[in-house]
Amino acid sequence: MSALDAAPAAQPPEAAPGETADYVTFTVADQLFGLPIRAVHDVITIPELTPVPLARPDFAGLVNMRGRVVTAIDLRSRLGLPCAAARPGRMAIGIEAGGESFGLIVDGIGEIVRIDTRAHEVSVHLGEVWTGLSSGIHRVGDAFLVVLDVEAVLDIGHPELDTRHNPRAKVT
Amino acid sequence: MHIPRCVEPVIVMDDLLREFLIETGEHLDTVDVELVRFEREPADRDILRNIFRLVHTIKGTCGFLGLPRLEKLAHAAETLMEGVRDERIVAADCVTLILATVDRLKLILSELERLQAEPAGSDQDLIGELQRASTSLASARSAPQVLPPQVPPPRATPPQVLPRAEAAAPAGIVPPGLAPAETGALPPREEAQTTGSAQVGSVQAGPGQAGQGQTGQVQAQTVRVGIDTLDHLMTMVSELVLTRNQLLDHARRYGGAETLQAPLQRLSNVTAELQDGVMKTRMHPIGSAWAKLPRLVRDLTRELGKPIELAMTGAETELDRQILEIVRDPLTHLIRNAADHGLEDAAARVAAGKPARGTIRLHAFNESGAITIEIADDGRGLDFAAIGRQAVARGLVAAGEIGRLSERELAELIFEPGFSTSGSVNAVSGRGVGMDVVRTNIIKVGGTIETVSERGRGTLFRIKIPLTLAIVTALIVEIGGQRFALPQVCVEEVVRAAPGTDHAIRRVNGTALLRLRGAVLPVIDVAELLRLPRLGEEDCGYVLVTKIGQQRVGLFVSSVINSEEIVVKPMSAKLRDIEIFAGHTILGDGAVVLIVDPNALGRRVGQDVLRNADLERAQPAASVELDTVTLLVLRAQDLGMKAVPLSLVTRLEEVDAGAIEWLGQRPMLQYHGRLIPIVYLDDGATPPRSGPQALVIVADGERVMGLAVHEIVDIVDVALDIRPVASRPDLVGSAIVRGRATEIVDIAAFLPRAHDDWVALSGRANAAGTVLLVDDNPFFLALLGPVLKAAGFKVRPAAGRDEALRALAEGGPVDAVVTDLDLAGQAGLDLVEAIRRRPEGPSLPVVALSSGADDATLDRARALGIYDVVAKFDRSGLIAALGEARTAWGEAA
Repeated sequence: MSALDAAPAAQPPEAAPGETADYVTFTVADQLFGLPIRAVHDVITIPELTPVPLARPDFAGLVNMRGRVVTAIDLRSRLGLPCAAARPGRMAIGIEAGGESFGLIVDGIGEIVRIDTRAHEVSVHLGEVWTGLSSGIHRVGDAFLVVLDVEAVLDIGHPELDTRHNPRAKVT
Repeated sequence: MHIPRCVEPVIVMDDLLREFLIETGEHLDTVDVELVRFEREPADRDILRNIFRLVHTIKGTCGFLGLPRLEKLAHAAETLMEGVRDERIVAADCVTLILATVDRLKLILSELERLQAEPAGSDQDLIGELQRASTSLASARSAPQVLPPQVPPPRATPPQVLPRAEAAAPAGIVPPGLAPAETGALPPREEAQTTGSAQVGSVQAGPGQAGQGQTGQVQAQTVRVGIDTLDHLMTMVSELVLTRNQLLDHARRYGGAETLQAPLQRLSNVTAELQDGVMKTRMHPIGSAWAKLPRLVRDLTRELGKPIELAMTGAETELDRQILEIVRDPLTHLIRNAADHGLEDAAARVAAGKPARGTIRLHAFNESGAITIEIADDGRGLDFAAIGRQAVARGLVAAGEIGRLSERELAELIFEPGFSTSGSVNAVSGRGVGMDVVRTNIIKVGGTIETVSERGRGTLFRIKIPLTLAIVTALIVEIGGQRFALPQVCVEEVVRAAPGTDHAIRRVNGTALLRLRGAVLPVIDVAELLRLPRLGEEDCGYVLVTKIGQQRVGLFVSSVINSEEIVVKPMSAKLRDIEIFAGHTILGDGAVVLIVDPNALGRRVGQDVLRNADLERAQPAASVELDTVTLLVLRAQDLGMKAVPLSLVTRLEEVDAGAIEWLGQRPMLQYHGRLIPIVYLDDGATPPRSGPQALVIVADGERVMGLAVHEIVDIVDVALDIRPVASRPDLVGSAIVRGRATEIVDIAAFLPRAHDDWVALSGRANAAGTVLLVDDNPFFLALLGPVLKAAGFKVRPAAGRDEALRALAEGGPVDAVVTDLDLAGQAGLDLVEAIRRRPEGPSLPVVALSSGADDATLDRARALGIYDVVAKFDRSGLIAALGEARTAWGEAA
């Protein structure tokens, strides 16, 4: 949270060539991911999850965030990785979309990084699932930062994506 | 908020215009209603005056705002009405013409709303007609011989003058804050402030009242508030209620500081009142959804050529605006349907001995936190045979099964998508769309719809809907270790289920079933359906009895925790495809729980389970449990096993044998202050004179006797597989109880032994005559025969419907009929129906026996003139009913 509070005022991530953009970073299965700071509403600690029966495994459940109900999404599952064991105190990136609140459950929160959007762009093949969910990859120090496409991540249940990338999602 | 500066006249105009649109829209709606009312009560000058005033107001305002087109049209209508005002009888054509004008005015208004300016075009066609009508009225007055007035039918004039406006009108985008007039948030409390002659005639139903607020003589005591504002208020209050609940829960758990208690209590009360108040602002009289119906029925009368009367009661009944919006269309549809399919045309009605004018009744009332709306017609009733044929043709029901469906189940089929038995499709209805939408809409707001129909008498649709959607009382239950909420209105009762108890769940063809007071319900294992682990012992838990469509269904859950007021929040759009969950809520302890929608559960399970249960019900033979009887197992002095039906027994006693006094040869006992006769079950053996003596006390009205037995062994439930024993009048028969042959004692046979006068006393009923006793179960036939004989009736037994009908056909005396209603299938009622068709049938007193008839059966029984339905073992009830039925009949004759 403090990292966020200390962050400079949000700037448009799709800045002009040569300009910089700020990203909230986090890790899932030891991989560094990022979201444009503008897309992130808050960072939440998940106290207790109410699972939704019959929902696709990508949906971890519902969380009460100070009277607001947040739909938690298991990012591991979304990325085609095995689901993490449910335990209290997990962190999630809070995002708002379509008038609703979502929380992307991650393994750990990193810091805010400022990237020169052009200079650090790299081309690495990630496999179909990840490619479909990311909007670009940047080099940060000696690591790669995979920038997630919020819309694609939330587009769970999209029939095309499901059949191609995530056969497990067809359970229901 | 606007600043009335002259440099910005546009802003002023916008606000004025908006105000004008809302007002005029309301005025026109009132004119609509009033005109139709006027047509029915042409003598009521007040109505006409009110209409005239409204039209005049519209005209005046249009002139003021510079809307020439509207003004001209309103003026022409006003002129015609001025003429009409002086007439004693107003031609229907005049009314139709003015209604057409109202429609045109509305059309122009909707364009005006869209374009913010009056649309171009001419209304010369209508104005011409209005003028012609005025002229002919005037000339008719001067020369009364020139009749009828030459008013051209207005329907013949297509409104092509406004093609653009027409095309645009339905898609017109309503500017924010500009709600349609009828949804206006005007609190319906204006009557109190209405003064002067504004009251229109005798104020009857809601639609009539709708006009009162706009007469210009009312002091403005109301404020227009946007719907959005109210919705937002409601949301915030709901949140407040939730927070209050959390605080209270917290205080309960952790016991807050003393100083907190008082303010917390106050917060709680204020919140409750606030919630109440805000809910009230959202309440609307249902009459506002009915306002358009008189006009609709009037138009239908013309279109269909059937005279139709619309009677509305309970228009003042209030319900949440949101729900009102949802039921508006279903109501309209049901009225259309009733007019088109329900009511016969005038000729057919007269032929059937009914008044030529068909009646559609609309009735609303409040009942235990829900509102009931009934739409009834006195038409031909549903054609169940045709529905059956359609259902089979559409593959909804297998051909072999259709005969097993009850009328109620058949009626349910008309709500299936695409279902229509109407031979032809016309402009009004009969396209097979709609009834399923009606049901879907009603279910969506947590309501139910029920159909009652009788051939030749009419059809009634009964809609039950909750008063509000925002806050509901819910049962919090545990399923598979997780908590869920279930709206309490959906739950009829909660039954504890455990193996080996009365309410044990058993399985037939893989379907779980629960027997509840003689009915068999399919049970849905919710944990299994939700793919949650099943915790705890197998089939140990609670069954929530709910209704899916007309079918009662049990929902099996592990436990019921409590009931709580919850605020329903919608599911995330991403999860809405699961359907089973109607939403979620935050409980007092802060946990998020999902709200289960029982109807969606039912859909998920599909018809298989429900159908299985139907089969189960229709074939009692398939289920042994249905035909069981509880027996008291006794041992006689000779140690032989005997049994009596427990239902005949009043008490079990153990007395000292020495207490039994012998008056000559008669053993008697002082029992609760009176002397009762004792009869020994085995009268061959010597009765003991000392030691404990077990007694079975049997009572029949005033007469009580003790049946002395050697030992009371047990009470058992056994299948009724009883073989009659021909040569033994003291036995009903024998059966295998717990692997031993047991004689079933006919207590009725012992009664005369105890009381010589038993038969003699009831002898006064001897004139009672002959009873035709019908039961397809030989046990009951054997059991009830002696009971009736003891009461002085002659008995003609018949083992089923066919035998009964044969007996009647053979002739011979039959003065009354006692029949089992639970004969296989519907045979009991069918028999009565067949009896009623016989020449002597209509006057024959009939008493029915049943061990648990449902409401539909009882309704039908009443319709067939069955005097009473008596529980199977209620002997004194049976005798009493039989006596009353005969007396009642005797008097009637």
